[in-house]
Amino acid sequence: MLTADPAGARRFAALRARLAPLAPAQAAPALRELASSVRRDDLQMVYRAGLGHLGGDFSVTDILVTLYAAVLNVDPVCPLLAERDRLVLSKGHTAGALYATLAHCGFFARDELDTFAAPQSALNGHPSRTKVPGVETSTGPLGHGFPVAVGIALSARLQGSPRRTFVVLGDGELQEGSNWEAAMTASHYGLSSLLAVVDRNGLQQGARTEETKQLEPLAAKWASFGWEVREVDGHDHAQLLDTFRRPGTARPVAVIAHTVKGKGVSFMEDRVQWHHKVPTAEQVQGALQELSL
Amino acid sequence: MSQATQATALHDCRRAFADTLIALAREDERIVAVCNDSVGSSNLTAFKAEFPDRMINVGIAEQDLVGVGAGLANGGLIPFVSAAAPFLTGRALEQIKVDVAYSQARVVLCGQSPGMAYGELGPTHHSIEDLSWLRAVADLPVAMPADPVQTVAAVRWAAANPGPSYLRIPRFPVPDVTPPGSPFRPGQAIQLMDGNDVTIIAAGTMVSRALDAATLLRHEGIGARVLNITFVEPLDTVAILAAAAQAAGIVTAEEATTTGGLGAAVASLTAQHQPARLRILGVPRSFAPTGSTAFLLEHFGLTTGHIAAAARDIMAHAAR
Repeated sequence: MLTADPAGARRFAALRARLAPLAPAQAAPALRELASSVRRDDLQMVYRAGLGHLGGDFSVTDILVTLYAAVLNVDPVCPLLAERDRLVLSKGHTAGALYATLAHCGFFARDELDTFAAPQSALNGHPSRTKVPGVETSTGPLGHGFPVAVGIALSARLQGSPRRTFVVLGDGELQEGSNWEAAMTASHYGLSSLLAVVDRNGLQQGARTEETKQLEPLAAKWASFGWEVREVDGHDHAQLLDTFRRPGTARPVAVIAHTVKGKGVSFMEDRVQWHHKVPTAEQVQGALQELSL
Repeated sequence: MSQATQATALHDCRRAFADTLIALAREDERIVAVCNDSVGSSNLTAFKAEFPDRMINVGIAEQDLVGVGAGLANGGLIPFVSAAAPFLTGRALEQIKVDVAYSQARVVLCGQSPGMAYGELGPTHHSIEDLSWLRAVADLPVAMPADPVQTVAAVRWAAANPGPSYLRIPRFPVPDVTPPGSPFRPGQAIQLMDGNDVTIIAAGTMVSRALDAATLLRHEGIGARVLNITFVEPLDTVAILAAAAQAAGIVTAEEATTTGGLGAAVASLTAQHQPARLRILGVPRSFAPTGSTAFLLEHFGLTTGHIAAAARDIMAHAAR
């Protein structure tokens, strides 16, 4: 199990304290800057390792950064505090974005990212709960994180705890039936402390979701399962922060975050081939420039 | 061990499971039960009456069942996830692997009505593959209580165990076989009868039949050692290798397929460390015909007579 980077954790605590009182629009610039740094680390990590899922990493980065830096009540130095908020990344193949975010928050040292996918590294291609602090449950096969998040939210309710549970789902992932089992359970139990974010980038491994197996009308599906549905621009940090800060009232909340796969790098954006393509050295230079603007 | 040959009283492990879970829940508020519309078939009606909030029913949804269990464990609770063994282990196998074992979530998986307990309901409802499947999953102890005494011990052990576990709870009534004070520990078999000619290693519902067989053999002058293996994962390798070294051979008996359960585990262990004559009794790789549990156990050779015959066969080969 990796351990916290104390200096990184202190910087993270300071950032959280600074952002906490700010209105979403005021907090957004700092979140944007952090997200660019996370994308740069992720890009270089995937390039070094020769594998990864940059397309989905970049569509989910703004969601993860907003949650960790400005919403979740978590402490990288004590990652297992009973009353922490929980985040489950159900789309586990975007581990790169999660690792880079966790490292920026001080859950472990940023130079640990250099080991991504190397022999014996804690940083597997998919996140492991027993190796990486901040990972609440191991994910990878799709359709696993959501039921676990429902169980976490149920535990909070049974214990009378105000802690919140967030689960980040891929859109293609919603083709797995287990998600809809979980959606039914959450609404049956009225788990208003649970918020599910759908990274709606419209693409899955081989094609558009709507060409592969249609998800629309997606908002209506969630609503019919008894969820409060919100739709936001998944790259607009102010919108993300505003919606994440507001728990549901009586029902669980589904946030459909409209995103772009490969967001931030022009030649990757909305291109299906960048699901798990690895950039060349030249492409990395170009991408780093775009991500530094 | 005269009990084995007398008309012995039969006892209900499901009742022992339910009563123990209620007793534990009174002591420890972290204990919760999770089921898939199986409140009745998991014998959890009384639990629900006493702890309505702590009885979570996810409906007919086994993937959700196991995932929710892992989430409850993440939140600091101790979930007993209970469902008919074929659906719990078959439908939710990947959840067991990823959410429970790989994530090391403190979930107690309770496989109810395992083996061929559902007799005439047919192969869809038989759980004979679960031992093969779950033995293949790392870091997941697989316990098979043989009687109510061991069922009580299994539930208490699992509740105190900081990691995940699978308990295979027998459905049809069985005689008491476990001496008072016997340990219940991963990797520790319980020797129920001593003997140096042949060893019978059994699990779960087959243990009482193994004892009866050993009693028959004793009357014939064959000393049969009987081991209740209790955990098919991790195995008691010391007891098995000692038996392989000291006796003419080993008979294994389990209400499961022979492809990857107890017999296969004993075969793999002994072949590598202490080759021994083996007779592996269980269900061959086939779907059962229609019939009651008793019919099917007879059909597949899982009776006292078949176990004794296998031991005699070993003795006959050893004498050549």
